[in-house]
Amino acid sequence: MSDNDDTETPEALPLDAWHRAQGARMVPFAGYAMPIQYEGIVTEHQWTREQAGLFDVSHMGQLMVTGEGAAEALEALVPGAIASLKPGRVRYTLLLNEAGGVIDDLMVTNATEWIEGDEDEGIEGRWGEPAYYLVVNGATKWDDIAHLREHLPDEVTLTHMEDRALLALQGPNAAQALGRVMRGVPDSLVFMQSTTYQFGEWPLRITRSGYTGEDGFEISVPAEFAEGLAGRLCAEIEVRPAGLGARDSLRLEAGLPLYGHDMDETVDPVSADLTFALTRKRRESGGWMGHEAVAKVLADGPERKRVGLKIEGRLPAREGAPVFAGDAEIGRITSGGFSPTLGQPIAMAYLDAGHTAEGTEVEIEVRRKRLAATVVPLPFVEHRYFRGS
Amino acid sequence: MARYFTDEHEWIDLEGELATVGITDYAQEQLGDIVFVELPDVGTVLDKGGDAAVVESVKAASDVYAPIGGEVMETNDALEEDPALVNSSPEEDGWFFKLTVADRDELEGLMDAKAYKSFCDSL
Repeated sequence: MSDNDDTETPEALPLDAWHRAQGARMVPFAGYAMPIQYEGIVTEHQWTREQAGLFDVSHMGQLMVTGEGAAEALEALVPGAIASLKPGRVRYTLLLNEAGGVIDDLMVTNATEWIEGDEDEGIEGRWGEPAYYLVVNGATKWDDIAHLREHLPDEVTLTHMEDRALLALQGPNAAQALGRVMRGVPDSLVFMQSTTYQFGEWPLRITRSGYTGEDGFEISVPAEFAEGLAGRLCAEIEVRPAGLGARDSLRLEAGLPLYGHDMDETVDPVSADLTFALTRKRRESGGWMGHEAVAKVLADGPERKRVGLKIEGRLPAREGAPVFAGDAEIGRITSGGFSPTLGQPIAMAYLDAGHTAEGTEVEIEVRRKRLAATVVPLPFVEHRYFRGS
Repeated sequence: MARYFTDEHEWIDLEGELATVGITDYAQEQLGDIVFVELPDVGTVLDKGGDAAVVESVKAASDVYAPIGGEVMETNDALEEDPALVNSSPEEDGWFFKLTVADRDELEGLMDAKAYKSFCDSL
């Protein structure tokens, strides 16, 4: 995280005072003052795995792309199918450059609204103007916006929803807690579905998704009501605030890559082990930026690939540590830390082809010592998303 | 027994010709959950201000420096089994290593408990 620290004075997010009142330790991250922890990273990590943690992720960019042809315009920039994404459905996809490098990873929701008809007047209900809600990384949002503005056609409108905060409620008891506050909402959504919800005066967008591997929700709320919502959710017995530190250790256990660390513009999605984000049909049909370069990697196989590593002993290997097979350096750690759930160090690394098979034994160099490690499938800790009962 | 503190948040206890070194409560609080402590080998000769140990928290790795020079005579084996001792008892059971006092003059400039407290308050 340290390389995201800005030297300039970090900006305050809508929940700044609330975090400080909860005893948070604030650190600069992606240009903002963010809570790294309240009680302690491991405590918040375990609470999220067992109960529900509330994360402030308001640093992330919330964008709306609207207008006739919005889906097709987005499809020109991402390898995922957007035109076939039904209203209320969410897709994980990538912004790629011409060379197939990852500009950012993002969530796209079809936010097209249903306009009620009027039976008495004989007016039928219909879908409104196509609208797509995007959530992008905080550190990259300004570049993303510039990229989208440059490439989206004039008839499509891009709005940066700077007046909204984003809260993530994550954990096996998130649905139970949210259901008590907003009756019926959890039951109306399964993983990767999204809805708008009017909570009193507060117009919310609630999406069943997250970055911890647990069931949970991301709630977009107007900034002026963010404090009210955070307080309301934390009043539930299952919910406690959790900071960026736990968010990082949770996502690492869940095998989820962190942009700027586990992938960036120099890496294509196949090497990043994100091939699932390339919609099958579109891998061949193309029509998206970076297709030519990515198709070549798909055909030839990647030269290196992102893998998971379990490390023996207790010493964690951090980002940048070199990985060896005998004397040969075969890759580098891109994120690593101690897994509170497994009680051992884990890491993600890019390793040369030929060393990426499950069970391959490698060594990681940390301060002139060699640590034994084994390539394991991701995630390290099983996902527990709610896909319907 | 006299205890001194460094501005890098190590403490050092002097007992005759032997000194015990650890990190302060303030330091462990800043580091958060400690998962591993890399201690120097017994027999290592440390220089004042040189790298002596590494503390790995869930968050990051941090260096611990030698408050004075000397030869490492003993290390705290309990930290191998239970690195969280540094969190729960930083200034007692969570000590790091004992070393000889090569030069008593090197204690010059270290803080006493009162000076260290006001130093922390100023941070």
